[in-house]
Amino acid sequence: MAGGAGGGKTIMATREFAAHEAHAHAAPQGFIRKWVFSLDHKVIGLQYYFLALTAVLVGMFLSLLMRIHLIWPNITLPLLGDIKPETYLTLVTMHGTIMVFFVLTTAPQGGFGNYFLPIQIGAADMAFPVLNMLSFWVTALAFVVMLGAFFVTGGAPLHGWTGYPPLSAVQSAGPGEGPGADLWIISIALFCIGALMSALNFITTTLDMRTKGMSMMRMPLTCWAWFITAILGLLAFGVLFSAGILLLLDRNAGTSFYVPLTVFSGQVVAHKGGSPLLWQHLFWFFGHPEVYIAILPAMGLCSQLVSVFSRKPIFGYKAMVYAMLSIGLLGFMVWGHHMFMSGMSPYSAFAFSIMTMAIGVPSAIKTFNWLGTLWGGRIRFASPMLFAIGFVSLFVSGGISGPFLAQPTLDIPLHDTAFVTGHFHLIMGVASIFGIFAATYYWFPKMFGRMMNESLARWHFWLTFVGTYCIFMPMHYAGMAGQPRRYSQFTELHYLEKLIPLNTFITFSAFVTIAAQLIFVFNLFWSMKAGKKASDNPWEATTLEWTTATPPPHDNFGGHPPIVYNGPYEYGVPGAPQDFVMQTDPRTVAAH
Amino acid sequence: MGLVVLVVIWLITFISTYFFIAKTWWLPTAASSAAAGIDHHFATTFLLMGIVFVAAQVLLGFFAWKYRERPGAPPARYVHGNNMMEIVWTVLTAILFIGLNLMSSSIWASERFRAAEPGATQVEVTGMQFAWYFRYPGPDGKFGATKPELIDPSAGGESAIGLDTSDPASKDDVVSGTMYVPVNREVELILRAHDVIHSFFIPNMRFKQDAVPGLAIHMHFTPIATGDFEVTCAELCGLGHYKMHGMLKVVSQEEFDKWLAAREAEKQ
Repeated sequence: MAGGAGGGKTIMATREFAAHEAHAHAAPQGFIRKWVFSLDHKVIGLQYYFLALTAVLVGMFLSLLMRIHLIWPNITLPLLGDIKPETYLTLVTMHGTIMVFFVLTTAPQGGFGNYFLPIQIGAADMAFPVLNMLSFWVTALAFVVMLGAFFVTGGAPLHGWTGYPPLSAVQSAGPGEGPGADLWIISIALFCIGALMSALNFITTTLDMRTKGMSMMRMPLTCWAWFITAILGLLAFGVLFSAGILLLLDRNAGTSFYVPLTVFSGQVVAHKGGSPLLWQHLFWFFGHPEVYIAILPAMGLCSQLVSVFSRKPIFGYKAMVYAMLSIGLLGFMVWGHHMFMSGMSPYSAFAFSIMTMAIGVPSAIKTFNWLGTLWGGRIRFASPMLFAIGFVSLFVSGGISGPFLAQPTLDIPLHDTAFVTGHFHLIMGVASIFGIFAATYYWFPKMFGRMMNESLARWHFWLTFVGTYCIFMPMHYAGMAGQPRRYSQFTELHYLEKLIPLNTFITFSAFVTIAAQLIFVFNLFWSMKAGKKASDNPWEATTLEWTTATPPPHDNFGGHPPIVYNGPYEYGVPGAPQDFVMQTDPRTVAAH
Repeated sequence: MGLVVLVVIWLITFISTYFFIAKTWWLPTAASSAAAGIDHHFATTFLLMGIVFVAAQVLLGFFAWKYRERPGAPPARYVHGNNMMEIVWTVLTAILFIGLNLMSSSIWASERFRAAEPGATQVEVTGMQFAWYFRYPGPDGKFGATKPELIDPSAGGESAIGLDTSDPASKDDVVSGTMYVPVNREVELILRAHDVIHSFFIPNMRFKQDAVPGLAIHMHFTPIATGDFEVTCAELCGLGHYKMHGMLKVVSQEEFDKWLAAREAEKQ
């Protein structure tokens, strides 16, 4: 695939060489150039990672406040005071927005993708290092603007992470819909710019910077995942950016893209003819692919880890690649399943429903192949593998509720209930986060030259794995019983009162699970200083990052770009001296 | 460690499944003609997805234990996959998912592809921050005009929806904060919203539909049991979202006629 037709090979080789030359920029010396405005993809990867870590701590804290308010609505918290119903919705909005954009989109792609895509394909850096630096800093600025929404008059918006107009478009719709909502939109627009630049960079790097012998079909599945994610990002974020600008215009320039004539508290608002559904179409055209932007990197990584730690080739490499490609493709044709109850044509619901059920097929193929990889392996339960197995379990649990919501008939009772909250938290939230954890435990030795503490990692795994099930499985029950989402209290409706014990259980599970994350944070920083020294290849894995020094030098391979002879998952090869054959091992494994 | 993985995954699976099967928390009591079909399809989907769920989790736990690295374990199998198996499970899941979808499509079609029957009880539902209002056309069978500039939610009733009392058709319109409908007769709803998007959700009726500013959405359902049923808002609509609720009272035809006549009389 890489060489293309006949003469392409020479051109390819020259270009690779030129690319390496171009990126052989000397290692920077000063602190600012080295750690702040760095051009090195590894530093930028770490910057993204620590941005996401900051964001996840903020987002998690917000969710803690939400769970406290749901159970004790009248409690006065030290320093924070009372949580009012509108404050609760602010927490909902900011928790969702921060988690989706600054954690689930930022860490797997911006963080680990940046750090390891170039190394895994044998490149010295990303294709456009300056663009890479800009992507990060625009994203970081977006995060600052997002947090700024808390501190302006009226506070942060209450319109939810989906920001449906007119609620998000009219200042008088509620507290927080003033300057806070403007900052929210500006932040997302900035984020889109960062994500678009980053997507271009990832795509170009994957297509253009692969080292000699690294054909597309020899790329680790992580690289495939980052590549497909980047394509989704390139197509999706542009739409969200435009949608956001239109919303900003509706709010501040008197246009009526999304707002028809409305009346708030007896006051006619001067808009006419706009369509609230237009926003929903544009938003979900981005919003559904976004789910896959969050989870594809985790899928790629777990495929990798299941193979490495089962000491077996991945089962169905090509099927895995095609499954990810079809998830990417179908992901753009299913946005309407968020809108079955919106007033959209019931006929189109039909089409969206079929496409959505179809997307379950490649998802199921991936699950079969993960199980197929475990089957007949010799499984090593190191912490990255525990999180990978956890990911598969959560992916199945979160995925299985998908076919309920994908059928408009069943969406009637379930739409906008806690069932949906449980569903997407398991599959998009926790499963992706498990991908981030697995990646952290797996690549920490390469990034920092030390191992993370394994006992702490196990405690972290078991508490988080059981804890998240205790939080999100009961939400399915509550949703079936009709508990709507985004309710700050369950006291106003009689039928919700019997669900309060279930919600109390969820809140206590959240306390334990959130506390368990402190183990992770402690382990992360403590191991940087005091972890056991790591060898170059502690997991006995085959991909290129394990062929170079720990941590990798500035140009990744010390001036000697690797040459690739083998596929990425040659474990347990009969007759080989070890149970794994490096991708750079010239004793080529027979084609299969 | 393999054994711990097996035990924990199996326990999570069986405990989660137990609460579904025991129906400790389940869909609310059904009270509309469409509910039986929806609930039946829910149960079918639940059964099929439940089998997939349990099978996948049980296998995951079992493989983790069975193929753990231990002294004397056989070497890992060197296989790169099996195209036949890939094709088989692709086709099987495709049949399962698409088939499931087609099974339920007739219910959706009967709910949303046809208009309400002639003779259905007409009710116009208006959502606003944070209340539902219900309007009946009265003996003339016509809804009178409303005007945005007449809307005054603080006054409640007719003023809340901006009824134009100068329109002859509005003379006999009845506006109520509680929704009354007769049992066993189809109800035609016209859903509207003044300010933001709301969603008209009656769990017992298996009914949900967004009310969108600028649109008048026509829907229908048939209540088959008398009683009081809570109405909620299922679309985030602002700070009072959690308390935007109403009551649907399904009564006999006679009681309904009596109630409507009494409201008409109040107007005169």
